Amino acid sequence: MARVLSALGLDCERDDRHLFRDLSFDVASGEILHLTGPNGSGKTTLLRRLVGISSVVDGDVSWFPDSPERTAEPCEKIWYIAHRPAVTLLQSPLENMAYALALHGIQAPESVVWDALETVGLRGFEDVPSHQLSAGQQRRVALARLYLPLEPDRVRAWVLDEPLTALDIEAVDRLKARIIDYARAGGSVIMTSHHGLDSETVRTLELGAAS
Amino acid sequence: MTFLPLLRSVFRREMQLAYRRRSDLANPLLFFLIVVVLFPLGVTPDMTKLADMAPGVLWVGALLANLLSLDLLFRSDYEDGSLEQMLLASLPPTSLVLCKVWVHWLVTGLPLTIMAPLLSIMLGLPGSALPLLMLTLALGTLSLSLIGSIGAALTVGLQKGGLLLTLLIMPLFVPVIIFGTGAVQAQVAGLPWQAHLAMLAAMTTGSLALSPLLTVAALRIAVGD
Repeated sequence: MARVLSALGLDCERDDRHLFRDLSFDVASGEILHLTGPNGSGKTTLLRRLVGISSVVDGDVSWFPDSPERTAEPCEKIWYIAHRPAVTLLQSPLENMAYALALHGIQAPESVVWDALETVGLRGFEDVPSHQLSAGQQRRVALARLYLPLEPDRVRAWVLDEPLTALDIEAVDRLKARIIDYARAGGSVIMTSHHGLDSETVRTLELGAAS
Repeated sequence: MTFLPLLRSVFRREMQLAYRRRSDLANPLLFFLIVVVLFPLGVTPDMTKLADMAPGVLWVGALLANLLSLDLLFRSDYEDGSLEQMLLASLPPTSLVLCKVWVHWLVTGLPLTIMAPLLSIMLGLPGSALPLLMLTLALGTLSLSLIGSIGAALTVGLQKGGLLLTLLIMPLFVPVIIFGTGAVQAQVAGLPWQAHLAMLAAMTTGSLALSPLLTVAALRIAVGD
């Protein structure tokens, strides 16, 4: 299967501690890579390196190494949902979604955005300023973009940093199901979580096991 | 989607946020007003002496007011994680930065420029100098916002970056204020002022070309650490 991501010889040292050394892995399309490890083992740092915003990790990361046209901007094809979920508190969920889509160059009809917000359980909160929402609801604003029905080519990988925190049980199950569905449709997911994920396509990479 | 509609939606977001944070933005404008109002009370009510000092007072006030507002430029985007998404956007980050700085100028530099004529009456500045004063302030505050964005980006990752921001940026602000006040003073004194204005405009265009690149580089450092 086509590789989506290839990481070679990743090395991270912080405060005289090696978080990980000579870490190499591939992610194929349709695969879910579940990063586990204790707090402080470098999961977030690794994800940030994968999307290209961390300068503290050495090594090579290449996105879509097998695709014929080498995309200069692989970020266009990746949804990265970080620990800080990029939800602007002064804006409503609808405005937050519109901005996230604009930054990705995606034009989605308004009805689709409303549907996505309804799916994550924000119906009736579309126009409420996000600072009036609870922590879990703010999290859902960021996660709503994962429920957009985009063509499989448009966003080919999700990089999710602790997507399940602050969500209630029902929302956790819904997101897990959505992740598995997305992988089944050919997308790749790289995520960190302390929850387990049951699917035959999940591969687990444990950080901090060696030390 | 093409480039321009995207940029328009980014611009709309920034204007919206500026409107919703309007109390933060009123702060520098009030500061400017207070500095200029207190000046004649504290120094001298003599109109001829005040008229000599007027361009300098207005410029210093505008510069400090601009400096006050800079810390907010990237702070909230950094804190909620939007900045990371901007650096990963499919639009060039320089265009996003330029958009942010442009909005910053629209809500600080432009109001300062518009307030200046009213305040210059209080300082006894001859009316003939007004068009040039406004022109230099408009150009100057734009270049202050552009240069300041580099400092704001460098210090955004620090908890208390305010003092460092001032130290970093002050030396770069000095040439702008020299040529800005120089132009107005020369015109009041009946001397040729075009050279000062040309230098100021050159600095503005120079910072327009260079500062977005430097700001993005600084933001990458702040976010990447």
